[in-house]
Amino acid sequence: MAIKRTDGRKFDELRKMYAKVGVVPNADGSAMFSFGDTIAIAAVYGPKKMHPQHMQDPEKGTLRFTYNMLSFSVTDRIRPGPSRRSQEISKVSEWAIDPVLMIDKFPNNVVDVHVNILQANASTRCAGINAAVLALAHAGITMKNIVSSVSIGKLDKELVVDVSKEEEDYSEGEGATDIPITFTGDGKLTHIQLDGKITTEQLKEAVKLAKKACEEIYEVQKKALKESIK
Amino acid sequence: MTERKIVIPGEIIVSGDKYLPGEGTEKKDNDIIAIIYGLSEETRGLVKVIPLSGVYHPRRGNVVIGKVENVTFNGWVIDITAPNNAFLSLTEVPRYINKDGLEEVMDIGDMVVAKIWNINKRGIDLSIKSRDFGKIEEGMIIKINPNKVPRVIGKEGSMVNLIKNETGCNITVGQNGLIWISGDKIENELLAKKAVIFVTEKSFIEGLTDKLKEWFDKEK
Repeated sequence: MAIKRTDGRKFDELRKMYAKVGVVPNADGSAMFSFGDTIAIAAVYGPKKMHPQHMQDPEKGTLRFTYNMLSFSVTDRIRPGPSRRSQEISKVSEWAIDPVLMIDKFPNNVVDVHVNILQANASTRCAGINAAVLALAHAGITMKNIVSSVSIGKLDKELVVDVSKEEEDYSEGEGATDIPITFTGDGKLTHIQLDGKITTEQLKEAVKLAKKACEEIYEVQKKALKESIK
Repeated sequence: MTERKIVIPGEIIVSGDKYLPGEGTEKKDNDIIAIIYGLSEETRGLVKVIPLSGVYHPRRGNVVIGKVENVTFNGWVIDITAPNNAFLSLTEVPRYINKDGLEEVMDIGDMVVAKIWNINKRGIDLSIKSRDFGKIEEGMIIKINPNKVPRVIGKEGSMVNLIKNETGCNITVGQNGLIWISGDKIENELLAKKAVIFVTEKSFIEGLTDKLKEWFDKEK
């Protein structure tokens, strides 16, 4: 029996994306990014002086990424505040963005990125990274390029692009697999994670799929940035 | 000069040997790419990107308005709403000052108009060696988005001069987005403030100087 996706999408079809720049008036830069029901809002503050002073780096600036899932973002209320999961995602997202950021232009300074997940339906870290990079560009931070992130899932043996919650938990056959991948605008990989099991051949295929999907996301991000100024 | 266009980081602005990378751009192989988000502009081969959003980045020669944050033994630490604090040295004050009485010249909380004369690794150095600079004694200070400052000043100061003439107020625009308005009557100062806010809100409209003239006629 051929496997079908629960929402009737094709295997390489992304959910409807939406991006908007300048959503938080008090921030120096802000953006929103959504994959279907997954909505992330990013706000950037800075570059500003690093406090406390002993954390200052006179050689280069610091990027501080905070990922936070709001308590009402999922069906079962989650405990608000930092958790082991959110700390891990913050760190991983920081590393995904860091290669494109020219943070050495701001010695002794810190750039704060706050990502809040308003609504979650899987791929939250990908939506978070996509929103964060738009917000960083909007804040006028120097960077070599922008990054786009997507998650690849596996329904038994079939690779699918941009997983939803049901697909993320699809445990029949080979088991639940979720691979978030981040690419820069010129096709370089900055971040890849794997939760589950996959063969080397299929992983290569997954990276190829992600690259194609990221190009699509890049266009959405580019459009959002260009259209924010009329 | 070519047409201005909005560019995003990583986007190729122009390619070819005859172009030079300016501010906000970088040379990569044979292409000039943008490294910040903003408007790209090319004049006689020099390509640059003008930022449209974000925090204020100090430049040498900028006139800024700041607040005295601390008094040290040889000068003042001044907050100019930039990532780093600026320092106004005693030697950059054009008159004699008793070294024990720095607070009497400028105390914590005082506002000052100054010029950035040097930026180095250690910080920003300010100077008040000119007639227009120094401590602000009276008037009001308003804060606008620093990216809107060029619009408030206008072409060769046309916009700010119009506001000055219409309201009779003295206006000093700091590049960091702080604006000092001082007039003889509070009504005039408030009118000038309203005019500045009008300009920042309508900053994307073309021919704004004429629009502002109409607005002044209506307000009076």
